[in-house]
Amino acid sequence: MQQNSPQQTPAQPSLVPPGETPPPEGRDPPPHRVTLAAREVQPARECFGIEHLSLFYRDKQALFDVSMSIPEKQVTAFIGPSGCGKSTLLRCCNRLNELIDGVRTEGAINLRGENIYTRGTDISNLRRRVGMVFQKPNPFPKSIYENVAYGLRIQGIKNRRLIDRTVEEALRGAALWDEVRDRLHENALGLSGGQQQRLVIARAIAIEPEVLLLDEPASALDPISTLKIEELIFELKASYTIVIVTHNMQQAARVSDYTAFMYMGNLVEFGATNEVFTTPKKKQTEDYITGRYG
Amino acid sequence: MAICSPNRLSGTLKTWARTGNPWVWLTAGAVSLSLVMVFGILFLIASNGLRHFRAAAVAQITFAEGAGAPLLGEIVDRESVTAVRAREAGGRVPADATMVERFLIKRGNRDIGGEDFRWINAPDIQTLDYPADAYTVERLEWGNLYGRIKALHEGGTSVPLVELQPRLARVVALRADIDHLERVAIGGTNYALDALHRREKAQRKAGATPAALASLAAEEKALAARYAGFTAELEAKNVAISRDRLRLETIEGETREVPLAKVVRAYAPNQMSLRQQVAHYGASLWEFLSAQPREANTEGGVFPAIFGTVLMVVMMSILVTPLGVITAVYLHEYAKPGAVTSAIRIAVNNLAGVPSVVYGVFGFGFFVYLVGGSVDRAFFADALPSPTFGTPGLLWSSLTLSLLTVPVVIVATEEGLSRIPRAIREGSLALGATKAETLWRMVLPMATPAMITGLILAVARAAGEVAPLMLVGVVKLAPTLPLDGNFPFLHLDRKFMHLGFHIYDVGFQSPNVEAARPLVYSTALLLVLLIMSLNLAAIRLRNRLREKYHAAE
Repeated sequence: MQQNSPQQTPAQPSLVPPGETPPPEGRDPPPHRVTLAAREVQPARECFGIEHLSLFYRDKQALFDVSMSIPEKQVTAFIGPSGCGKSTLLRCCNRLNELIDGVRTEGAINLRGENIYTRGTDISNLRRRVGMVFQKPNPFPKSIYENVAYGLRIQGIKNRRLIDRTVEEALRGAALWDEVRDRLHENALGLSGGQQQRLVIARAIAIEPEVLLLDEPASALDPISTLKIEELIFELKASYTIVIVTHNMQQAARVSDYTAFMYMGNLVEFGATNEVFTTPKKKQTEDYITGRYG
Repeated sequence: MAICSPNRLSGTLKTWARTGNPWVWLTAGAVSLSLVMVFGILFLIASNGLRHFRAAAVAQITFAEGAGAPLLGEIVDRESVTAVRAREAGGRVPADATMVERFLIKRGNRDIGGEDFRWINAPDIQTLDYPADAYTVERLEWGNLYGRIKALHEGGTSVPLVELQPRLARVVALRADIDHLERVAIGGTNYALDALHRREKAQRKAGATPAALASLAAEEKALAARYAGFTAELEAKNVAISRDRLRLETIEGETREVPLAKVVRAYAPNQMSLRQQVAHYGASLWEFLSAQPREANTEGGVFPAIFGTVLMVVMMSILVTPLGVITAVYLHEYAKPGAVTSAIRIAVNNLAGVPSVVYGVFGFGFFVYLVGGSVDRAFFADALPSPTFGTPGLLWSSLTLSLLTVPVVIVATEEGLSRIPRAIREGSLALGATKAETLWRMVLPMATPAMITGLILAVARAAGEVAPLMLVGVVKLAPTLPLDGNFPFLHLDRKFMHLGFHIYDVGFQSPNVEAARPLVYSTALLLVLLIMSLNLAAIRLRNRLREKYHAAE
């Protein structure tokens, strides 16, 4: 994981979306410019470097020249009104948008310095490194055990003991083990919505990805399940870079270290969460956060 | 004020319509109508078909002066006709009668009287009784014989009549032995001899060494010796079986001597106890299911037809499922949606509407002549000019029917594939599975219930299909089953019998339509039951799979 760390401070043009003035010095700089002097935070290595990313659904442009740097082992939240492109941006990070006909992307996303949009990128390998959890829990119609083991079986792992151990670790990691340990071989569709979502998280972390993309993971869940997921995100942060898309601004404020506010396919503002929420630099951000639109 | 003014009536109607009740009545009515039709036809077939197996009572009828000689036979049918029609048919009808009841009598004894069935008018009958000593003798040839048993003898000496049933049992056992000898032992030896001759021919053509030819000759000698052994055994059995003879006197006053070897069953239906009746019913039902047909298919069993139908449907399923599923997977998963794909899809759907006989003609021209002929030239040149695969047979029938049913499987499978939630595919892809892995591990297993639904529809259609089969492989009477003990066991080149064709053949091509009619009903019932059980098996399989993947539907 650490073998690839030359990009602590990416090149200047990628820092701020073009056409926007850089934030004034003196205030806490946005995360991609964090310095030891300014804040007592560890220097965040870049995980994803998104550079001038534009995306088109046939003729309709959905993302406009988005650039940002997502730090490693932190939680980054994408917020914004419906249809602003935050899910699209998230799905660019594991190239899942390509399943849709007529999608075209421009620009680059660097995962630890390597552009994942070059020809010859092994998409399966990319998706192994970048796990994803969807808005609605989508467990496979198989047993709980087989759900978690699926990613391993895809990789051709046949060693039963290894699979057993990994399944248990993943389920513990997703805080689900105690609830399902006695019924691992029952159908996963018998679990509650919140359990299903944690199962999907377990399934994602079973193959030890570097990044977890969470696409509104709690929007279909009740408040208690939501709380559990949020606690889980907090724990997972220690081992994974997490990018989360959420409608819920309180949730973004609670779980994330960095927040990106998007509007109409543009990245409006990106910075440390407490700053974005307390002292937003853009009027649009402030309006959205205070609930004036969206 | 009027109790029901037009306005109020239409108002009530409107309210009634708003409750939705008319809709309920309409839909429920449609369901009941379908049920009545289905059960009606099943009842018709079953009541006529199941009657065939009982031991029918034998009636003795005498007539008034000048109306004919007395009759002995089964009353098969009765109906009321107008006096005019009865007169035209040539009976004596009272002048004042408007309707006349008449009976259809099966008098049997075809070798004596010539006519098997006869209509008689009720007014002609003087007495009608059921004599206890009347016997029905089912014969291998010439149909039933009705009469009174005079004697049973062995060689020249008379044997007491109580010996009849045990001796008949002996004959039945011997007949089974002979049948086995002829078909399995001698047939198998013949088959081996044929194969040997083909090999010899091929080796001579290739310029074989004298040593090889000598070894072939030795093999042939051994086979010939075996053949001779079997024929000697057969000879002995044939002598043994023709030991006993039965002498009967018919109502016409003739004495008939029937060798027991030609008797299937002999019984006195009028004095049978209930237990004997039940046993007789079971025995004839079993004969129907398990025996070979006799007398131009109008008697005996339909086992070869059952066997042929099932085997053909199974072969068709094995061929059609992969073909249809692969096509559907390509159309749904890989083909770019566009004009060409839609055109193909429409073409496939329309293929289901092509008349089945057209498939038969196509199968005959393409499979039998072109493919089969080429196969013969390439692999069975030794046997030419007699064709091996270049003639209608089981393989071509199965292939033709799988072409006929492939649209159904394609449509059903595509339906199933499109019902699989996008989230499941994305979930699999997001874990690093490739598209092919997702297809194999997730999508196809989840779509199996839909594939089996397609297969169920295909089987239902194929099992009832007759027209194309008449061109590509079904025959009236197949001497051998397509599956037997001779290598390679499954003979795809053989012609076979089929229940659907059997119905057509017995019902419409038979020389003795009245005698064959109950058999038509029984065969139809059997075909319906067979299709039903094939379907039920598939439905159970589908339900089990559905349970396993209960998110998919």
